[in-house]
Amino acid sequence: MNTNLSPIWSLHAELSLVAVLLVIFLADLFRRPEGNSRWFRVLACVLMAVQIGLDLTPDTRELFGGMYVNTPFTSVVKSILSAGTLLVFLQCGEWMGRKDTRHRQGEFYVLTLSTLLGMFFMVSSGHFLMFYIGLETASIPAACLVALDKYRHQGYEAGAKFILSSMFSSALLLYGLSLIYGTCGTLYFADVPSLLEGNALQAFALVLFIAGMGFKMSLVPFHLWTADVYQGAPTGVAAYLSVISKGAAAVALAIVLRFVFPFMEGQWTLVVAVLSVVSITVANLMAILQTDLKRFMAFSSISQAGYIVLGVLAGTAQGMASLAYYIAVYVVANVAVFAVISTVEQHSGGLTGRDAYNGLYRTNPRLALVMTLALFSLGGIPPFAGFFSKFFIFAAAFEEGWWLVVFLALLNTIISLYYYLLVVKAMYIVEPEGGQCVVSPFRCSPGVRVCLLLCVAGICLLGLCSGLYDGLTHWAGLLPFGAVAGL
Amino acid sequence: MDINVICYLLVGAVMLFAGVYGFFTRRNLLATLISVELMLNAANINFAAFNRYLFPGALEGHFFTLFGIAVSAAETAVGIAIMINVYRNVRNIQTDDISDLKG
Repeated sequence: MNTNLSPIWSLHAELSLVAVLLVIFLADLFRRPEGNSRWFRVLACVLMAVQIGLDLTPDTRELFGGMYVNTPFTSVVKSILSAGTLLVFLQCGEWMGRKDTRHRQGEFYVLTLSTLLGMFFMVSSGHFLMFYIGLETASIPAACLVALDKYRHQGYEAGAKFILSSMFSSALLLYGLSLIYGTCGTLYFADVPSLLEGNALQAFALVLFIAGMGFKMSLVPFHLWTADVYQGAPTGVAAYLSVISKGAAAVALAIVLRFVFPFMEGQWTLVVAVLSVVSITVANLMAILQTDLKRFMAFSSISQAGYIVLGVLAGTAQGMASLAYYIAVYVVANVAVFAVISTVEQHSGGLTGRDAYNGLYRTNPRLALVMTLALFSLGGIPPFAGFFSKFFIFAAAFEEGWWLVVFLALLNTIISLYYYLLVVKAMYIVEPEGGQCVVSPFRCSPGVRVCLLLCVAGICLLGLCSGLYDGLTHWAGLLPFGAVAGL
Repeated sequence: MDINVICYLLVGAVMLFAGVYGFFTRRNLLATLISVELMLNAANINFAAFNRYLFPGALEGHFFTLFGIAVSAAETAVGIAIMINVYRNVRNIQTDDISDLKG
């Protein structure tokens, strides 16, 4: 037998992730189930840090007859996703070390890494079968993660809602794919575009596809599960769902719409524009009404998804680059907010309401400061990274002539500032009941401190390092099928 | 009488919309799961029928059906596990009894 195995090494991002998964799985078997196992959590974080480095390789390659396509752009996206996962792992250390969850920490890491593996395949798929399997690998373990806290009422309620809505959305998506197959006879991303003629069946398939992905990204009107799931899920899992799986779904949606449906652009751009504006507006208005911070962040993440979709709308290399950049900035800011929510929750006996944050500045000034920076970045106040990411994504959409959409999104930025500042006001200005904040002073665990440090560094520096965005634009220009999309 | 591809597509379409209807009207978690299974199988029927009648030269559709069945089995396993968990805690799987999260 003389088989050349060298192309397999182009899968090194996925292979290394599988290796990390297996090592953690085996290590979980050898640790004492009731012990604290601090070394185990450190091991998971170190392995993820090594894995991020392996994701970055600037080569373009097709494997398995074009089913798997790796490009520099997808490599960058994968390392952003891995970095986000590392941040989530760091912040989850405290929650995982608790007496009632420590025997299940192995499950948490293995399930999280399997969803990440699914996202890797989804992002670099070149065939709808690979895309579908990646999507499902990303969403089935996520349901287990949501229901991880299985004795808490909210936990299993959220799990049930998540698995049912995710099955519903993938069924819609699968039906759409079957119609594409029926009209084209192939499902390769490279072959489908030339066979699309924009007839009624294909338009219906496109609608079903966008609806299915809209569920995964929780765009309005497919967002109804989001707030319940984020509130019911453990806070670390909510952080993971809100940034990593949303970011991966956005990139996959952008790649498919741009490279598989370029000739039906007139039909889907309007749909995507409406979805984007409606998501931003409705989620902003709903977010103002929320008093629970986890629900509040759920609506905030829906509106952020609306902004991310603006990058899909502007399908130029600049649009794709600003999309990836927006996701990177959104990851650091959102993970920081969730890390603060999670530590406050751990140290106050499970409080997530906004009232609990009244006067947080007096008891935990540094935590309040980190939260403020992260919220400013989410709201888009210069000089934080959030301002630059919003600027680039608006500029990309504006250049393609979507000025009305950009104008509406800009108006919404002002509304979003209002509700982000409500939290800041609670921490700094509002007088706590009885003159004393319910959260007493505490020291965060080392993992959370490292996570917050990295996030603050990202919030402050990502916007100022212009080389990053230039590099992303360069890599986005090297995407495959570029000739088809007219990039 | 000839059975052509349209017959299969009709069955698929009816199953899809019956599933959508059931998903939104049923008040029992298990019935909701069954509705979703109907939708998934509607897509599988479409794939198999398209492959058999329109593109008999290749096996792409059949493979998609096989993978679709495997994936939906995995989803159902997780779904039922969560429902058993719900049942153990509240002794009921009516959706009205698990509606604490609202707002």
